[in-house]
Amino acid sequence: MSRKDLCIVGAGPAGMAAAVAARQNGLSVTVLDEAPRPGGQIYRDITRAPQQRQALLGPDYRAGAGLAQAFAQSGSVHLAGASVWHIEEDGAGFVLSYSTDEGSRVVEANALIVATGALERPMPLPGWTLPGVTTTGALQILMKSAGVLAESPVLVGCGPLQLLLAAQLVAAGRPPRAIVETVPAENMRRALKHLPRALRGAGYLVKGAGLLARLRRAGVPIYRDARDIVLEGEDRLEAVSFRSRGRAHRIETGSAGLHHGVVPNPQVTRLMRCEHRWHDSQRAFVPVCDAYGESSVPGLFVAGDGAGIRGARSAALAGRLAALRVAERAGQAASPEIAKLRRALARDAAVRPFLETLYAPCAQALSPAEDTLVCRCEEVTAGQVRAAAKAHAPGPNQVKSFLRTGMGPCQGRVCGLAVTALLAESSGRSPDETGYFRIRPPLKPLSLSELAEFVPDEE
Amino acid sequence: MTPPRASDLLVIGGGLHGCAAALFAAQAGLRVTLLEKDSVARHASGVNAGGVRRLWRDLEEVPLAERSMQMWHRISDIVGEECGFHPVPQVKVAESEDDLAFLAARAERMRAEGFTHETIIDRKELRVLLPAVAEHCTGALVSEDGFAQPFQTTRAFARRARAQGVAIHEGQQVRRLSHEAGLWRAETPEAVWTAGRVLNCAGAWAGGIAAQIGDVAPVEPIAPLMMVTQRMRPFCSAVVGVARRQLSFKQMPNGTVVIGGARLGRVDPARNRTDIDFRELAQTARTAREIFPLMAGAAIQRCWSGIEGRMPDRLPVIGRSARHESAFHAFGFSAHGFQLGPATGALMADLIATGRLAPEIAPFSITRFAASAEAQSQTRRTS
Amino acid sequence: MYTRSEPVTTPVHFTFEGRPMQAQAGETVAAALLAGNVGAFRDTPVSGTARAPYCMMGTCFECLVTIDGRPNRQACMTEIREGMAVTRQKGAA
Ligand SMILES: Cc1cc2nc3c(=O)[nH]c(=O)nc-3n(C[C@H](O)[C@H](O)[C@H](O)COP(=O)(O)OP(=O)(O)OC[C@H]3O[C@@H](n4cnc5c(N)ncnc54)[C@H](O)[C@@H]3O)c2cc1C
Ligand SMILES: Cc1cc2nc3c(=O)[nH]c(=O)nc-3n(C[C@H](O)[C@H](O)[C@H](O)COP(=O)(O)OP(=O)(O)OC[C@H]3O[C@@H](n4cnc5c(N)ncnc54)[C@H](O)[C@@H]3O)c2cc1C
Ligand code: FES
Repeated sequence: MSRKDLCIVGAGPAGMAAAVAARQNGLSVTVLDEAPRPGGQIYRDITRAPQQRQALLGPDYRAGAGLAQAFAQSGSVHLAGASVWHIEEDGAGFVLSYSTDEGSRVVEANALIVATGALERPMPLPGWTLPGVTTTGALQILMKSAGVLAESPVLVGCGPLQLLLAAQLVAAGRPPRAIVETVPAENMRRALKHLPRALRGAGYLVKGAGLLARLRRAGVPIYRDARDIVLEGEDRLEAVSFRSRGRAHRIETGSAGLHHGVVPNPQVTRLMRCEHRWHDSQRAFVPVCDAYGESSVPGLFVAGDGAGIRGARSAALAGRLAALRVAERAGQAASPEIAKLRRALARDAAVRPFLETLYAPCAQALSPAEDTLVCRCEEVTAGQVRAAAKAHAPGPNQVKSFLRTGMGPCQGRVCGLAVTALLAESSGRSPDETGYFRIRPPLKPLSLSELAEFVPDEE
Repeated sequence: MTPPRASDLLVIGGGLHGCAAALFAAQAGLRVTLLEKDSVARHASGVNAGGVRRLWRDLEEVPLAERSMQMWHRISDIVGEECGFHPVPQVKVAESEDDLAFLAARAERMRAEGFTHETIIDRKELRVLLPAVAEHCTGALVSEDGFAQPFQTTRAFARRARAQGVAIHEGQQVRRLSHEAGLWRAETPEAVWTAGRVLNCAGAWAGGIAAQIGDVAPVEPIAPLMMVTQRMRPFCSAVVGVARRQLSFKQMPNGTVVIGGARLGRVDPARNRTDIDFRELAQTARTAREIFPLMAGAAIQRCWSGIEGRMPDRLPVIGRSARHESAFHAFGFSAHGFQLGPATGALMADLIATGRLAPEIAPFSITRFAASAEAQSQTRRTS
Repeated sequence: MYTRSEPVTTPVHFTFEGRPMQAQAGETVAAALLAGNVGAFRDTPVSGTARAPYCMMGTCFECLVTIDGRPNRQACMTEIREGMAVTRQKGAA
């Protein structure tokens, strides 16, 4: 079995940029991504989307084409449709087990860059399991990957992605029915103190203002400070009701997109038992990394949104930085580019505190009502989690043993942060003290036959 | 608030054995303090396969297992909770005529010893019991055993123990244990605890505790591997093993299938760490698929392991210290101690409180290792 | 509820619950089903309620269907292929 200098999990901006930089420095590289084509979330299907669709999606999307091309020409081995389900340390490096249509195999590498990106922060609201209710990202994925558009969706929540998708739908001539924004008025006031710093990354603010102007011109109604949101329907979504600035509203629709930000995808770094810390302003756990992205597990780097949410541009910079560091470890002279990359990353992060304060997650979804489901797989309500916390379950793993939260097919991806938050709320302890689910392999359910036929020592 | 740090009995380890012994000792009138380094049920007792099995036990263990079984059947009277206990058959499947003869010989031997719970069923009866079993299976050895929810069970014992006055302190790792002026002194990073008697229920870590008081116990930490599937339609209402292969297989009431079978992962007890070895689990998966062909399409949801203490003879250490009248051990259950929890706890408490050594636990004295350690060092000296 | 903004140029034929359907080559089973106005993809094994895709990126497992007899397939992560027989996943597989 041949061993690579570097394995990269994820072929989004972080993973692709890392692969390109590592190849430029002569490292042998294998990139694994469970998606059939490179791009990650932002540039999903960039190599396949027709020109016209690319135009509707806008310049930030098209910007991925260059990176995808550089990646394709980099000489990296790209294992597409390869879902990494286990990683072991073997003393000298890492052994990755992954699944494809043809079964499971392993690859080995001296160093590992985890570039698995972000997940949308789940948004437990009454009725959020009804067919017709998706994440906003899901609506965007349909558009990017298939040119399929939701009919008059109501976009509920907050955040840049919400506005971006609304503008993309407007460009496609199919504007959303309404934006139901959960940002309380005081958020803007609080965010203003971060504005001076944010102006260092003014490009983002200009873009945001541009999006809002386009939505206004298209006449998309925006309801501000929405509360008491209910997704109504019998066996599918029929309407979204809520209160906004003291008035009750009900909008009939068959499609709602929920979004209140993205959080680091914790699966791989948790599986590897990297140290994690609660990030107060991002309201999520992030892996603890040094200035180059190396985690508490030596040789394991985290780049991109998986290391803390900083967006696509920073993801590419961080991917490059991590790869240069791996090259340096492999015996190359330290690259003068490293300092430049670190400065660029700092500049690009300037806007974050402003955005994180303004678009803080929706309070109603952070502390859901008693009978709202938080674990969609095992159908466990917020009330059950609170009751378990009071009765006998101080930590997420004990709650899991009692209620099966996190034991269903999604393996806690959807309910993980909600369970931590509910336990922290009940006990008055911090999220760091409360902790998170222990993540066990396989990272994705594996058919028993595939496991039965898994012979990792033979290639 | 400083907790009262002096008591009659100090129990080290908050697994099922520590919690059960603490409960019964408190019921016998002792003031009991239990120290657990992590949290109650964090290790083997909370993550095991939940098999409540008498079938195929070592003959020496059978009387204790019988006694425990009686307690399992009234578990809710004992701890006030059902503990997810389900009485179901435990089945050891034969895959050939030769296997069946092998199982029949065991049933015969058991009867000769006066135990009647293991009986042989033939090919047809096996299919009535397990309609989904593979074509090639020829029969089985069966006993009326069961399974329970390990985490719930251990927590229930702890809860009942607390209600009976046991002081359970989590996050208290005993770093040093010594006997001074007639009192046991256990030091944890935060405090010193004293008691007239001490019980070592430290599971895979118990060898270290025993050594501190001069007892010899070659405990080997092991990490048995488990996996669980997504929910499946009900197809199996027994706990299933195989005559000459390693498998432990059961479908839970919620439809998930829990599969294990003596295959081991890597273990690092000092760091509370286990690592899954998928080469090993792949073999378990193959066996499961051969016994139940419909498992081919099952989705493995999660794999895990736990840290267990195994003795060289695969039998536990239960009883009084070889060195001290007032020190006791119950550990080294060698991957089958969940079922034994209730009875071992009751009989240990009896031994500690009254000095009566029940015949069910008599075979498991720690002295059997002291003797062999002695012998070993003698051979070393003479050679 | 969902409509295509582009014509199908490279059609792929498949069935859902035995009903013939058409999709664009290269898209996922989930996109093809949603574009074909399929509402519910599965019933949960816990309460039997209907579910449909939530995340479209492999996170939530709400899109589980049976494909060519194999249960528990993530429709949002599986590319549609000519001749596929897709069915709802009803409860436990
Ligand atoms: C649904 C969604 C839509 C978004 N849309 C935009 C947008 O339009 N514009 C924008 O600026 N930002 C968007 N973002 C934010 C986005 O996180 C970043 O901008 C950017 O994509 C982050 O890049 P990355 O390289 O860190 O990770 P990603 O681009 O997320 O790439 C991670 C890759 O890792 C792969 N992966 C994860 N786990 C495994 C595994 N176990 N095995 C194999 N492969 C794995 C995934 O398939 C994915 O391709 C979106 C985020 C989400 C969640
Ligand atoms: C994966 C797996 C599957 C199994 N399946 C079955 C089965 O199906 N049926 C069956 O009968 N048995 C089974 N077993 C075996 C069974 O779980 C154990 O025999 C039993 O739980 C042992 O209980 P215990 O209380 O001795 O140990 P544990 O539960 O390990 O408890 C010992 C406790 O002592 C604590 N401790 C250790 N050192 C110190 C110290 N210095 N200070 C304070 N505290 C300390 C530990 O933290 C631990 O919590 C299985 C075991 C495993 C791991
Ligand atoms: S829709 Fe979420 S996993 Fe497919």
